[in-house]
Amino acid sequence: MDATTNFWATPGGWTLLAVGQILAVMIWILLSLAFLLLADRKIWAGVQMRKGPNMVGPFGLLQSFADFLKFVLKEIVIPDGADKVVFILAPLISFVLAFAAWAVVPLAPGWVVSDINVGVLYLLAISSLGVYGIIMGGWASNSKYPFLGSLRSAAQMVSYEVSIGFVIITVILLAGTMNLQTIVAQQAGGFWNWYVFGGGLANLPMILIMVPMAVVFFISALAETNRPPFDLPEAESELVAGYQVEYSSTPYLLFMIGEYANIVLMCAIITILFFGGWQAPFPTPFLESWPATAQSFFGFMWFFAKTVFFFFLIAMVKAIVPRYRYDQLMRLGWKIFLPTSLVAVVLVAAWRVFGPAQGAI
Amino acid sequence: MALQAIAFYLLAIVTIGSGLAVVSVRNPVHSVLFLILTFFSAAGLFLLLGAEFLAMLLVVVYVGAVAVLFLFVVMMLDVDFGALKQGFARYMPLGGLVAGILAAEMIVVATAVATGGAASGPREPMAALDGLSNTETIGRVLYTDYVYFFQAAGLVLLVAMIGAIVLTLRHKPGVRRQVIADQVARNAQNGMRSVQIKPGEGMGE
Repeated sequence: MDATTNFWATPGGWTLLAVGQILAVMIWILLSLAFLLLADRKIWAGVQMRKGPNMVGPFGLLQSFADFLKFVLKEIVIPDGADKVVFILAPLISFVLAFAAWAVVPLAPGWVVSDINVGVLYLLAISSLGVYGIIMGGWASNSKYPFLGSLRSAAQMVSYEVSIGFVIITVILLAGTMNLQTIVAQQAGGFWNWYVFGGGLANLPMILIMVPMAVVFFISALAETNRPPFDLPEAESELVAGYQVEYSSTPYLLFMIGEYANIVLMCAIITILFFGGWQAPFPTPFLESWPATAQSFFGFMWFFAKTVFFFFLIAMVKAIVPRYRYDQLMRLGWKIFLPTSLVAVVLVAAWRVFGPAQGAI
Repeated sequence: MALQAIAFYLLAIVTIGSGLAVVSVRNPVHSVLFLILTFFSAAGLFLLLGAEFLAMLLVVVYVGAVAVLFLFVVMMLDVDFGALKQGFARYMPLGGLVAGILAAEMIVVATAVATGGAASGPREPMAALDGLSNTETIGRVLYTDYVYFFQAAGLVLLVAMIGAIVLTLRHKPGVRRQVIADQVARNAQNGMRSVQIKPGEGMGE
């Protein structure tokens, strides 16, 4: 045992361990994505009373793998007037950033690749970088529709990042930390301790602020990931497919995986910040007698279930809500969400200072 | 600490290299993209210094928002390279002079700090507070010792923002605007009317 612990502490062992963890997380996400993508299509089809993909494998379960093979085997077409380097770089950036953010996401007790102090800020930073893949892709295609799509996307993502930032600040104020693992750990002991309900019965009046904030975050997450009803950057009826018009085969696949990884990431962030991450919705004193690995699996199950639930909500929104007009989208972001979340930050801060838990950080 | 040294030299080389590329590449969009790379590797250098809060803020604010708007503007401008290069020889002496003065000032300040030390100023560097992350430490300093400067900086930004809005906001007469309240207030009584149109006359609004 001693020899192994020493080995993991050496630079070589440490690197090996980190790479192994990263690979485990990535493969898990990619596998989940394959089925979530199918779920997305199936839910969409179900709402429209269609069957959806049902030919490949039982119930069409292997559809995503067939699609994957198709994308990989096709020829990569680069348009004649395109800026080749930027054109290839754009989907790579989208893909890499979408997965880089998962580094700080706490999947279960003790299961996180990098447990850093500024985890929330890191997520914000990475998600604000995501816009570059889209802008670069749209510009490098040297074509009208992609360019229009990328301009729309840039304005939209920058606008909604502001309200996402403020909503996150309300949670940070309640939690008093930016470490995601600590934020989740503080929501232990039942669903009334989740930050969507103010985090604990002492903070119950905050329910009036935090529930709307969770809704604002959910809607902003839709806009941030260019999902319907805010899918104007790729509005197929206006811009064909927006910034991805000129992309084919593997680069397109990277864009699509990146987009879905971002969506699932947003679901995970909602889960962590508002709905207790890997905490069960009821007190779990019986866990203490369990071995650590079993506890982690128990937590991971809850985290996974909650994340999938929010993915289901996002998929339902796609099927149900019609697309916004662009000026309405901007109005919603700047004139409604921004003032609302700003007022919420002030109120939560005031509660922290003057409320019952005065000054306790 | 070999890993840290490798990371430092890598980030430093990328920072300086991309900084040079910002001013030397022909295409302005590539130039902005290199600027973003410079910001990003500078954030990496901050991380190596242990200033994780500053690093993340640099990425969120400069890379995530400011540089996006740069890129936005530069992409939309149709930059004419011929016209850009025309004045090069004319402005070269003036630009060189400004660059020279800036470089001299930076060297003077750097040597002053290196010999006198930044700590020899009126304020001693703050001792690291026990058990506080540097985010909390920055918060304490900003909102206690420097709260007036901090608020003043915020006001300056607010004034700049209002100034920009005042300068560019023009109300065109005759533009139809959407009034959400009116739309919501419509009901079956005031939203509909029945009209009898005689053949050949039309509505004649």
